[in-house]
Amino acid sequence: MPKDTGIGAAPKRREDVRFLTGTGQYSDDISLVNQASAVFARSNVANGVIKSIDTTAAAAMPGVLAIFTGEDFVEVGGNPAGWLINSRDGEPMKEPKRPVLAHGKVRHVGDAYAAVIAETVEQAKDAVEAIEADIEELPAVINMKDALAGSNYVHDEIETNQCFDWGWIEDNRAATDEAIKNAHHVTTLDLVNNRLVPNAMEPRCSMANYNAAMNEYTLYTTSQNPHLTRLLISAFVLGIPENKLTVIAPDVGGGFGSKIYHYGEEALVLAAAKKLKRPVKWTSDRTEAFLTDAHGRDHVTTIELAMDKEGNFLAFRTETMANVGAYLSNFSTATPTFLHGTLMAGNYTVPLVYVNVKAVFTNTAPVDAYRGAGRPEATYSIERVIDKAAREIGMDPIELRRKNFVKPDQYPFGSAAGLEYDSGNYDALMDKMEDVADLAGFDARRAASEAKGLLRGRGVNAYIEACGIAPSNLVGILGSRVGLYDASTVRVNATGNISVMVGAHSHGQGHETAFPQIVAELLGVDAASVDIVHGDTSKIPFGMGTYGSRSLAVCGSAIVRATEKIIVKAKKIAAHMLEITDSEVEFNDGVFSAVGTNKTVSFGDVALKAYIPHDFPIDAIEPGLEETAFYDPANFTYPSGAYCCEVEVDPETGKVTVERMTAVDDFGNIVNPMIVTGQVHGGLGQGIGQALLENTVYDETGQLLNASYMDYTMPRADDLPFYAVDHSQGTACTHNPLGVKGCGEAGAIGSPPTVVNAVIDALQSGGNNVTHIDMPVSPLNVWTAIQNA
Amino acid sequence: MTKVTMTVNGKAVSGTVEGRTLLTSFLREDLHLTGTHVGCDTSQCGACVVHVNGKAVKSCTMFAIEADGAEVSTIEGQANEDGSLNAIQAAFQEHHGLQCGFCTPGMVMTAASLLKENPKPTVDEVRNHLEGNLCRCTGYHNIIKAIMAASGQDVSAIAAE
Ligand code: FES
Ligand code: FES
Repeated sequence: MPKDTGIGAAPKRREDVRFLTGTGQYSDDISLVNQASAVFARSNVANGVIKSIDTTAAAAMPGVLAIFTGEDFVEVGGNPAGWLINSRDGEPMKEPKRPVLAHGKVRHVGDAYAAVIAETVEQAKDAVEAIEADIEELPAVINMKDALAGSNYVHDEIETNQCFDWGWIEDNRAATDEAIKNAHHVTTLDLVNNRLVPNAMEPRCSMANYNAAMNEYTLYTTSQNPHLTRLLISAFVLGIPENKLTVIAPDVGGGFGSKIYHYGEEALVLAAAKKLKRPVKWTSDRTEAFLTDAHGRDHVTTIELAMDKEGNFLAFRTETMANVGAYLSNFSTATPTFLHGTLMAGNYTVPLVYVNVKAVFTNTAPVDAYRGAGRPEATYSIERVIDKAAREIGMDPIELRRKNFVKPDQYPFGSAAGLEYDSGNYDALMDKMEDVADLAGFDARRAASEAKGLLRGRGVNAYIEACGIAPSNLVGILGSRVGLYDASTVRVNATGNISVMVGAHSHGQGHETAFPQIVAELLGVDAASVDIVHGDTSKIPFGMGTYGSRSLAVCGSAIVRATEKIIVKAKKIAAHMLEITDSEVEFNDGVFSAVGTNKTVSFGDVALKAYIPHDFPIDAIEPGLEETAFYDPANFTYPSGAYCCEVEVDPETGKVTVERMTAVDDFGNIVNPMIVTGQVHGGLGQGIGQALLENTVYDETGQLLNASYMDYTMPRADDLPFYAVDHSQGTACTHNPLGVKGCGEAGAIGSPPTVVNAVIDALQSGGNNVTHIDMPVSPLNVWTAIQNA
Repeated sequence: MTKVTMTVNGKAVSGTVEGRTLLTSFLREDLHLTGTHVGCDTSQCGACVVHVNGKAVKSCTMFAIEADGAEVSTIEGQANEDGSLNAIQAAFQEHHGLQCGFCTPGMVMTAASLLKENPKPTVDEVRNHLEGNLCRCTGYHNIIKAIMAASGQDVSAIAAE
């Protein structure tokens, strides 16, 4: 097998050529003959009763073909939450219906209450303006604390606005309280994990087509998981049989979580296409994206860390309010619970963890998983409170972390938050980070900054996350309504080239390049002869899609399993060709040989024979060479890392500049190091964005104040540094066949606390008694903190 | 409706447009040149950058009728005659300067106009020049590196991709 295309090689991405020449096919690039356009009428109040909607004038406008309102979808189902969470008292979470179009009430600015289908987008927009909706505005529920006090309601039947009150691990609650009460030292920190808008650069787009003769639907949509979208539409929302609905997610321009979910616009275009017997397309504009894409984070947290005299961790206790917005998006209940609470032991041997999360409905856009999903929130809380604790007890923050790290001989390690870490070496990561970040040179760099009148700070961080989502049996116990395996079919064609159908979906991750490397390695063929097929439910057996850094660990493992089955079958055919028994066949580097002889047949010859079985013993060998495998992981995977950030702070203006950013990660084995590094870069960009720039601001009436790129601070090229990235310290995952862990979210998880820790360090070095600043650590927030210190 | 005529990627084209039709829509909807993308509605993201009479412009910020008679080039016209990637495109692939690819056409077109004005930019000049181009995937590291490499400068000091 050519060494430049197998596992560990870094071939250039084959998908790049179409993206670089403008020949990619994103959803909005696809147009169908006779297509009509959908435009939505959206609420401009955050909370209101729909008194009436008069569409008469709009329906008479030029080009208008149909108008839908919430009335049209009363009979169909709602878009469900994927996880059922039970409250501490055993009560199931409150789960209000999320309709295709708002009915009775609108619940956030941007909530769609009607849709116009017209010949052109412009005509549809004009007609939306002519819809007369009488919506009586009610006081908005925005602040989570006020929401829980409950005098105004997002959903009339939920009088506390509380979705659930979850405790983890409930049996440890009393012991944790006791440990905190009796501890030598307790550090407490109140913090906000700021609300973010994912902002994939490609806005959402959905287009449906209906074939009346066959009663078949096709939905082209910007999705990270076309099968999940199909399942939700079929099983919960419209009831279209799965075998009558094809969901195609072609090239997708980034997702970061926001395109995991099924959205009402998808159901609307399907219903409209059926009614009109014409293709119907909707493309979001950026303002709609800000108002309606699921947002991320938005936790308000108090965390306490209890320690003994030596600085050994005794307990973490966390109280969190998590905003779920106006409706439950598909993963919204899992994100603040099982993707957050279970990580609250961090990289540490702490014996007790207790987490309480109250999920709160507000009149804001739904909040769901955004790059990292729960794990950034966990890491931020833990790593900020540790930094504060180190300062309080006068211990070096690296030393305090090392003192409490799980050690390499402790794996498998059962964490106090209920997970079993299979592998890792946090000290080795820290060692490497100290080296790559050149901590030895920090004092000199600080002196140089100070000579310019600037403060310099250094922040460190250690993180662990749970990826490779997820073992179906475990998530089933925890409340998931789906299994989280993945699937692949490997089809060896007669002429020897290979198609690999995968349930994962690439929207920037380079699967078309990386997945063939796996098959090439196992079969000893050139990766160029292997093509990936993804993003089309009619071509792929099944799949749960791409999120939670799961594609390689779960779908990659399915590819391995399917390819192994191919080898078993191919050996049978080779044995027949070589006139020996199956057990006498050896397979190496793409060649089958008879043990102890020089008789061989090539992989290509076996493939051809599989499809031209003139002399097959048909009772022993079936023709063809195609195998499918479903892979369900035995455990989560546990990537971990040690990060370092150095910032300069201008004490006059409060401006923070990231001068150095180092990320040392353990991703287990690496298939394509170039792609892995790129994934870390992207995560760092978003993490630094969260730490320094980004915030999502609703005023008290529920208006989103920064719903455009003029107002929402996206990280730009001149805001970010070059990054130093290292993944040389990988410890192989012990339970999947590739030994891989997943790399997509790491940068976004590890960097925010690192940056904030560095800013606090800088301010402290200047004699400012500042122990915490909430993100984004903007010039105003820093300047204010300095003034108040 | 008004008739417009222009040269796009070296070919004479014409069409009829409304006064409010943006150049982006004309390229995407009428000419089916869908490599030019739309990422925002406030002229901020740069996914729509094309060249009009040799200058980089945001095609979402220009009416099609304003380009009447102009020479327009888009991402579809950037490859070499033989179809191979040009130096900037090749550098983006070589240095992994793209992930989802949505911002990429705008990045390549913006980089081309930068290198025309300033063939050997510094890293800071590249970063400043990309102020109007958003990328959510790459954290910009490899985009900057690719543009530096496309300018023929040594990028070995910039950490590996
Ligand atoms: S689409 Fe033109 S700048 Fe965003
Ligand atoms: S590569 Fe996805 S936005 Fe730039």
